[in-house]
Amino acid sequence: RWRLFSDLLYKHNFSEIIQRASKIFVSHSQITRLYSRFHSLDKGENGALSREDFQRIPELAINPLGDRIINAFFPEGEDQVNFRGFMRTLAHFRPVEDNEKNKDPSAGEPLNSRNNKLLFAFRLYDLDRDDKISRDELLQVLRMMVGVNISDEQLGSIADRTIQEADTNGDMCISFSEFIKVLEKVDVEQKMSIRFLH
Amino acid sequence: MVLNNNIELLYLKDRPLGTLEAMGLFVSPFNNLLCMLLGISFTVWFTLLLVFIIVPAVFGVSFGIRRLYMKSLLKVFEWATLRIERGAKEKNHHLYKPNANGIIAKEPTSLEEELKEIRRSGSSRDLNGSSSTSTGPGPSSSEFAMSDIFYFCRRGVESIVDDEVTKRFTAEELESWNLLTRSNYNVQHISTRLTVLWGLGVVIRYCFLLPLRLTLAITGVTLLVVFTTIIGFLPNGRMKNFLSEKVHLMCYRICVRALTAIITYHHSENKPKNGGICVANHTSPIDVIILASDGCYAMVGQIHGGLMGVIQRSMVKACPHIWFERSEVKDRHLVAKRLSDHVEDKSKLPILIFPEGTCINNTSVMMFKKGSFEIASTIYPVAIKYDPRFGDAFWNSSKFGMVNYLLHMMSSWAIVCSVWYLPPMNRQEGEDAVQFANRVKAAIARQGGLVDLLWDGGLKRSKVKETFKEEQQKLYSRILVGTHEDRSRS
Repeated sequence: RWRLFSDLLYKHNFSEIIQRASKIFVSHSQITRLYSRFHSLDKGENGALSREDFQRIPELAINPLGDRIINAFFPEGEDQVNFRGFMRTLAHFRPVEDNEKNKDPSAGEPLNSRNNKLLFAFRLYDLDRDDKISRDELLQVLRMMVGVNISDEQLGSIADRTIQEADTNGDMCISFSEFIKVLEKVDVEQKMSIRFLH
Repeated sequence: MVLNNNIELLYLKDRPLGTLEAMGLFVSPFNNLLCMLLGISFTVWFTLLLVFIIVPAVFGVSFGIRRLYMKSLLKVFEWATLRIERGAKEKNHHLYKPNANGIIAKEPTSLEEELKEIRRSGSSRDLNGSSSTSTGPGPSSSEFAMSDIFYFCRRGVESIVDDEVTKRFTAEELESWNLLTRSNYNVQHISTRLTVLWGLGVVIRYCFLLPLRLTLAITGVTLLVVFTTIIGFLPNGRMKNFLSEKVHLMCYRICVRALTAIITYHHSENKPKNGGICVANHTSPIDVIILASDGCYAMVGQIHGGLMGVIQRSMVKACPHIWFERSEVKDRHLVAKRLSDHVEDKSKLPILIFPEGTCINNTSVMMFKKGSFEIASTIYPVAIKYDPRFGDAFWNSSKFGMVNYLLHMMSSWAIVCSVWYLPPMNRQEGEDAVQFANRVKAAIARQGGLVDLLWDGGLKRSKVKETFKEEQQKLYSRILVGTHEDRSRS
């Protein structure tokens, strides 16, 4: 009887949530903050977020790549993301230093490794998930970022130049390994990480 | 005699009576006694109410009962918080502590700065300063780099984890629990004593405070309607204005007590004067009551139907408020004209306006609409800050209706707030309405300890304008290909 009463009185059972989530995010306080954020975005209160829930964030709605970023949260063909999926996507942005605390050799490559961060960025370009960035896909992303301010020809030549520089096997597309090579000197760990304040 | 006979009948063992019959026999003689008791308690209750609450409200004095109440409540909350923390430590639970400063570290670098940084680190060429060579793009003569998306990507994900706007439209989260279920986010069942205390709180709030407050509210509103209608029959003149002032103040003070609002006014020397416009940050409809119980204002608003409409129509009989029909609200010129006509007449009261246009949760001040700043008159800014520990005054109009909201208000512990009257401001030379509005907004935010945001409060319901995204795209395009002058030079 206490259980029912406490369910009415106390809205969320945090220890359960933390238990299930601690494989993805190690810090308890980060998990609870993300859970409260998930809950505040979930206007329909059905335990899952839809694309509209994300688009309601003004700073995301004015981001030129907003739609692509939102897409990254939704697995193939689905329009709802639950808390676990929400955290898995955000886990890509954990700083690499965090892994020092969780040395579990059997866990496989962590979601926030340099490789996986680059893969996340690669997938923003590669919409059809064929592991290649074609000229069209590159043009699409460029168009999203520049809006109406650059002509088609100019954009086309920018795309061609980029592919020329990166393409090493001559297939006029950028594969993931070519992508990694182009960005080998960039400080990906810092630019694709989010630091929690606690 | 009748009583004795009945009792004898009851005690006859060989004629058992049903319980209903037995009760019926008992009630009738006690009926009179019960009525008498009810009558007496009601009279006592009402007299106490009159002496301790209504009469002081009429004369504007205070016995200090509310402040005492507030201090004792604070002690109880402190105890409750300590108990929760101790209990959580014992059971090794994790406590959720909200943080007002945001949960992630956001660097305030601009698009340009970051892109330069990323490209510089990624470029394998030396920076030799010459940007006019055609051997390939260097970081200074901008071209597209695949790493450009990192900036937008990270900013996007940062805003998903924590953004500045959406959290302003829900109630502020508290660091300590104030024994109200509605503000309780994660408190586990820590101790029986705490739950009992919470239960006691429910009983006190709903069975004692709520009826008391309802009585006061009804009294206040009725008196307002009745007296202002009566005053409406007087001829225009000093007597009418004087009486109307006194009546308004009295009724608002009763309403303040109906909410158990404990208000501290600062810098009363800056109180708005006739012919001026008073602007304040908006958290709830109660703001009006709070300000109007300390001074007389002309209200601005749309005429409603129902009870609100009745109150509005009778108020305007006693002194000139500015009420608009629904159709007139859309016509900005008409609105501006009526407002300027009002301020030009120095005998009329200062206008009270909330330029945010909607209720915000009192942690920030959002964009001020420029309409009221275009009128040529002195602006008197006022900052209102509620203390969230006693009751959350924010009206989340997408979640709760007005009646629900008032019920919440009247069953909270108290409404505690501070009001600061800021020195008057005028539009300066060469400043347009938007800049003036932002200046006033900054002053109010600074005084009230609120975050100053440029975002529009209307984002509560509507989508953000596409122009903001287009600005970002324009900025990025400029970095990619330079402006026209740069291109013609190289």
